[in-house]
Amino acid sequence: MSTLFFHNVRIIDPASNRDAPGTLTVRDGLIAELDAPSAPEGAHSIDGQGAVLAPGLVDMRADLGEPGFEYREDVETGARAAVAGGVTTLAVLPNTVPVIDDPALVQHLKERGNDTGMITIHPYGALTKGCEGKETAELGLLQEVGAVAFTDGTRTIADTKQLRNLLSYARFMDGLIVQHPEDPSLARGACATSGPLATRLGLPQVPAAAEAILIARDIRIVEMTGGRLHFAHVSTAEGLDLIRKAKAKGLSITCDTAPPYFLLTEETIGDFRTYAKLSPPLRNATDRDAVLAALADGTIDAIASDHAPADADDKRLPFAQARAGGIGLVTLLSATLASGLDLLNALRLITSAPANVLRIDAGTLSIGAKADLCLFAPEQSWVVESGKLPGRAQNTPFDGETMPGKVLRTFRHGIEVYTAGTVA
Amino acid sequence: MPDSSSPLRHLLGIEGLNEGQILPILDLAESYALLSRSRSAPREALRGRTLINLFFEDSTRTRTSFELAGKRLGADVINMTVATSSVNKGETLLDTAATLNAMRCDLLVVRHAQSGAPALLAQKVEASVINAGDGMHEHPTQALLDALTIRRHLGTLSGLTVAICGDIGHSRVARSNIHLLSALGSTIRLVGPPTLLPGAMAGLGNGNVTIHHTMEEALAGADVVMSLRLQKERMGSGLVPSAREYFRFFGLNRKRLALAQPNALVMHPGPMNRGVEIASNVADSPQSVISEQVEMGVAVRMAVLDRLARGRRPS
Repeated sequence: MSTLFFHNVRIIDPASNRDAPGTLTVRDGLIAELDAPSAPEGAHSIDGQGAVLAPGLVDMRADLGEPGFEYREDVETGARAAVAGGVTTLAVLPNTVPVIDDPALVQHLKERGNDTGMITIHPYGALTKGCEGKETAELGLLQEVGAVAFTDGTRTIADTKQLRNLLSYARFMDGLIVQHPEDPSLARGACATSGPLATRLGLPQVPAAAEAILIARDIRIVEMTGGRLHFAHVSTAEGLDLIRKAKAKGLSITCDTAPPYFLLTEETIGDFRTYAKLSPPLRNATDRDAVLAALADGTIDAIASDHAPADADDKRLPFAQARAGGIGLVTLLSATLASGLDLLNALRLITSAPANVLRIDAGTLSIGAKADLCLFAPEQSWVVESGKLPGRAQNTPFDGETMPGKVLRTFRHGIEVYTAGTVA
Repeated sequence: MPDSSSPLRHLLGIEGLNEGQILPILDLAESYALLSRSRSAPREALRGRTLINLFFEDSTRTRTSFELAGKRLGADVINMTVATSSVNKGETLLDTAATLNAMRCDLLVVRHAQSGAPALLAQKVEASVINAGDGMHEHPTQALLDALTIRRHLGTLSGLTVAICGDIGHSRVARSNIHLLSALGSTIRLVGPPTLLPGAMAGLGNGNVTIHHTMEEALAGADVVMSLRLQKERMGSGLVPSAREYFRFFGLNRKRLALAQPNALVMHPGPMNRGVEIASNVADSPQSVISEQVEMGVAVRMAVLDRLARGRRPS
């Protein structure tokens, strides 16, 4: 295998708190050396022209549509969207058809990722068989073959005793359970957050408190069982306050959010724009600001793309009937930079921090690590244009927005898998 | 609490019994085991006594074992299997007690799905009550027969490390064994998935109990490994996902057994689910004393019946 030598780059590695110019040498697909003064003999030299060289991004929550919904996205098209956004490692949701509740399916998905040559997939295992919320899935067997954590996707574990059993059971294998934090009975049939906008538009509403109600219960169950729980796409001030307090108590609780919840508000729905229909729904400005504050103070552990592909026909429906969710892979880096955090801390939330939550080897530039790299120009901006984005699904809630940070080149295991301007 | 010299009126559980009460039962059982083997049990010991097996829960082994124990000692043995209706259980139980008193029953062996049912009966009947398993509470004769089996092989019941594996939380066998083994000075390691092994179990057994969630940790260096039956209804109830996952992580197999002492005893109260909680090649291995447990069961029950009947005898 060839040797790569990156120079004239600003190397940012949040895992080691590094943000400094330097050089990086890749040998046989692994990071071999930092700050070597000159290119090794026979190395292929890459002049970064002052751009940032960071670990390939780690996305802890993406739906790639496969198996079962390939008309929306599949592993191949999802991988193209991922690497165009600098993402090389993805935790992929299990609520597919069939549901990822069998060890063979976990292995299959991992292989599908490797087959693309572009991304590494860490499949989530289903938390309950068929993601039906009834019988516990074979968490131990799933974890043994590589399931990274367990979730029923956007289905909440509603039954309190069941959640207790799941958190308790997973302790023997130190398994991580990921919950969609929304009281399902309050949320039933709803498609927007309670408030003036939903009232004016006449949309079925779920109170923002549906999130805090569930989080409060779940924290209490974590306290009772000692299990590990992660709340996905947290989006309200009240929910974040509860998590902040639970963390201060030392409970094994982590959480992530997704870019729409710190960059957009329910106003994005405007005149029934279904691309802004998400699950959980977009909130008001107070909640958005609380999410930004929680990113800054460390309450939120990671930012996930929450990539939820939909076909045009899934979205060309009356708002309440349209499919919820937006794509997010290609905009993950830019949206994270738009949070206003400094580069090092912004990148942490999409590299080493999610890798730590999931306990996977990714998102660092340490010597010997797989050379998954993202070279990007933080000061260049671009316009998000639905219809022209890499990947199959085009349902971005950021359509028309100008975003900071342009991914120039992406490498996986030392192999270039994306070059700006060359991929349609 | 009765001291070792006072005769036992009932045997409702092991909790509260001391060494001085337990060891004489084991000694007597030991002699009955030898007499049974030589086909020379004393047929007159319980002559004229009436033993009723009152089973509110299906059981073949335990009932047969008590029946045989009673018959080998010459008692008149009656088996009553009572169909339980879900309603009016309490009322039925007390009505039954009145009936039994009228029949002048001497020894009453009771199995019931509800914890505490034998204790309730004991308050109302003239007979001596022997708990043959009540709910998730106790199964004292099982613990005694396990102890006798262990002592015959290892020569002692003190200073041992005993691993009890599986569905501890629902197990009356585990509770009785914890009480007995800790009373005699052994250390007990409990192992199972957290859903089947509540942390509060560590509070039983006077500080001699530790909780584990991997077989490897619990079995390391153990002198005795007890495997418990996993009830089928635990699957699908959120406690255990499947039999194959249970066997993979909590099944007693050869590799795990190899971590215990070289001649560690393998025990199981039966009936076994082969390939669920125990591998066949372990159940049938030379280290397995599972059949001997059954044999000692009859001997222990003879001893218990004898001692309780003696306590009733007018001096």
